[in-house]
Amino acid sequence: MITEAVEERENYLNASYGIKSWLLTKDHKRIALLYLHTITFFFFLGGIFATLIRLELLTPKGDLVSADTYAKLFTLHGVIMIFFFLIPSIPATLGNFFLPMMIGAKDLAFPRINLLSWYLLVIGGCFAMYAMLAGGVDTGWTFYVPYSTNYSNTYVVATGLGIFIAGFSSILTGLNFIVTVHRMRAPGMTWFRLPLFVWANYATALIQVLGTPVIAITLVLLIGERTLHIGIFDPARGGDPVLFQHLFWFYSHPAVYIMVLPAMGVISELVSVFSKKPIFGYRVVAFSSVAIAVLGFLVWGHHLFVSGQSVYAGLVFSFLSYFVAIPSAIKVFNWTATLHKGSISFATPMLYAFGFIGLFTVGGLTGLFVACLGVDVHVHDTYFVIAHFHYIMVGGTLMAYLGGLHYWWPKMSGRMYPEGWAKLSALVIYLGFNLTFFPQFILGYLGMPRRYWTYPDEFQVLHVMSTAGASVLAVGYLMPLIYFMWSLRYGAIAGPNPWGATGLEWQTASPPPAHNFEETPVVTTEAYDYAALAAMEEAKVG
Amino acid sequence: MAASVDHLLYFLLAVAVFFSVGIFLTIFYFAIRYRRRSESELPAPVHGAMSLEILWSVIPFGLTMIMFAWGASVFFTISRPPDDAQQIYVIGKQWMWKIQHMEGQREINELHIPVGQAVKLTMTSEDVIHDFFVPAFRTKADVLPGRYTTTWFKPTKPGKYHLFCAQYCGTNHYAMVGWVYVMEPQDYQAWLSGGTTGSLASSGEKLFQDLACANCHHLSDPPGRGPNLRNLYGSQVELTGGGHVKADEEYIRESILNPSAKIVAGYQPIMPTFQGLVTEENVLQLIEYIKSLTPKPVPPPPGALPSRDRKGAEAVGSRQKSTKQ
Repeated sequence: MITEAVEERENYLNASYGIKSWLLTKDHKRIALLYLHTITFFFFLGGIFATLIRLELLTPKGDLVSADTYAKLFTLHGVIMIFFFLIPSIPATLGNFFLPMMIGAKDLAFPRINLLSWYLLVIGGCFAMYAMLAGGVDTGWTFYVPYSTNYSNTYVVATGLGIFIAGFSSILTGLNFIVTVHRMRAPGMTWFRLPLFVWANYATALIQVLGTPVIAITLVLLIGERTLHIGIFDPARGGDPVLFQHLFWFYSHPAVYIMVLPAMGVISELVSVFSKKPIFGYRVVAFSSVAIAVLGFLVWGHHLFVSGQSVYAGLVFSFLSYFVAIPSAIKVFNWTATLHKGSISFATPMLYAFGFIGLFTVGGLTGLFVACLGVDVHVHDTYFVIAHFHYIMVGGTLMAYLGGLHYWWPKMSGRMYPEGWAKLSALVIYLGFNLTFFPQFILGYLGMPRRYWTYPDEFQVLHVMSTAGASVLAVGYLMPLIYFMWSLRYGAIAGPNPWGATGLEWQTASPPPAHNFEETPVVTTEAYDYAALAAMEEAKVG
Repeated sequence: MAASVDHLLYFLLAVAVFFSVGIFLTIFYFAIRYRRRSESELPAPVHGAMSLEILWSVIPFGLTMIMFAWGASVFFTISRPPDDAQQIYVIGKQWMWKIQHMEGQREINELHIPVGQAVKLTMTSEDVIHDFFVPAFRTKADVLPGRYTTTWFKPTKPGKYHLFCAQYCGTNHYAMVGWVYVMEPQDYQAWLSGGTTGSLASSGEKLFQDLACANCHHLSDPPGRGPNLRNLYGSQVELTGGGHVKADEEYIRESILNPSAKIVAGYQPIMPTFQGLVTEENVLQLIEYIKSLTPKPVPPPPGALPSRDRKGAEAVGSRQKSTKQ
């Protein structure tokens, strides 16, 4: 086989050297790695904030940081994790690297714009970092007015500008993906032969392009209100503070789907490969991504059930919110059905996929609670909501991101990660996650409000459990950081297709050559056709 | 009300447990039963079955529609205070709750109410958005600057319950907490008869004089430069340029703070704003005074239990007024 020659063969990593060859690269794979480094930095930064929050909450009294610092910690935790980690996470790294390869393209449609979008994320990140170092920001990641406009004396404008700039990064990535999927598919790669990861990223791109401008406008209005007192949100000037919430959630609810749709795409790939079966109900799963993207725009008002919004608006948004639950449920059922009579491997990526399905199911089902008007009035703005969205965004998106990273690591680096350590870390993360966040459902039901620096003594036991879980989780997250780096030098040589996967990205060398494919692939089969792959392998050997 | 929220929550919990355990066990069973035994095995591809897709779309959809309808009906109850509810005003500010009883009592971060009596809170904020949250009553409502929101509950058990601010409102958000004391009716009466400066309406009457409102708003003939405020509350007001508005608390508040927003037909926009001259408490006192100029509507049908408590409360209020005179 050709794999032994990996060191000598030219690939995207050794095609050129030097810092300039990275900072001015137009190769989507290198840009994906730039993103990978950037968001890994932000993930651990956000993680440090989370650790401090959990340590503070170990005791009912405020004894580790001041109330002011605590408010800045949860604000920056949210801002960094959402805008600088979760939103770029899967699309900008795994999507950037593999979306062109999966459709048999040499690159994205606009390589320079792709590089620009990375720079925009970094510049946006610099504004957020400046705000953090200059003194922080204490409004919560939701920036509710009039607190953020008229009362907070922290760095709201700098943070807002950071998110505004990073938003353009997201828009440009989405734009690039849409054009790429429409225009750059290899011969024979019809829409219904696309891997489901591509469908998911395509649906995500629609939200990025259509939704992100709204948060940009909202932030401009927020900054205008704060600096020029334009009076759109300030009731003393005839403005409406609830209008801000409508605008904010018009983007920020679909943003949840920007985070979770690509994750679902990853899971579709993993479930198929590690059970060697095509995804049950391929078209239904593909269309459910688009359905989620569309319906996701119609449910923002369920964040405003107790905001003073009219009762009838509440009814409509509750009703529509249940609609968006169905396509998510359909995906879970189809993944489960795919396992039936499969050939199920317990490789690390599959463990993460199992973890995703379990945690996402809990996150989704508790979403039914908060979409339910009568129940939301009680659990709104409590730890129940915190637990719910962490099950979706961490239990869902982060598990899928780590699963995808393990799955595609051999392709990206050419080397295998250490399987034993990886399995252990998947287990540690799963257990740590549940210990951290499950008690928070109970805390919320008991009435523990969000964003409290201190709390009544009776909540302490559950908070101690949560903090203990967070410590386990921190260990779980550090392990992959260490063994991935270790594997770059010491990992076993992966070969082009270590998992026996069908995607086009596995039909080229690992790491891929600078132009992805030696010759443009021609697609003749459906996605996930393992019989055709086996026949092809046999023909090669023969 | 708390019980009806909990029953709904148990239903949701049952559905959630059923599906999460079901999915978990199915995956666990499949993963063990169909584990990979050799690298070369090739399972038969199955591309899907429309009947199954329909089945597992329709059943969850039906269940979620039950959740929706049930949740909506509970929400209607939560959103609509009964007619006989006792009115209490709440003003949120960084970082305290100011409670204003009709009888004149004021408290901070404490709310005393009688057991078995529906209580309606009309709330506003002096600064940022707050949220009045009593977990034991399963209710919560945002408290906004510039307008009134309402919530209500009917406590069923005497005791001491947590009151939290649930909407992040700044550094000391965590300290914007207090207690709701639910008292036996006789204890509540005793509490009410403690020191007070007179009912809210009587404070409003004094303020009405001090601010010289009566110079324009004559309460008897001849008519003044402003509309007569007798029988205003609850009526339909005809506006200049057509249109009607119901004279509720929100309208009266707006007419004090932003008088030119809605001009009563037949009058000139000459009233100055009282924004900055009166506090939110003052506005509430004026509203209550103006409300007192309208005779109370027909009381709820006889036999309705809470009306007894209401009469009691009114009696106390009038006694205090008389002692003051």
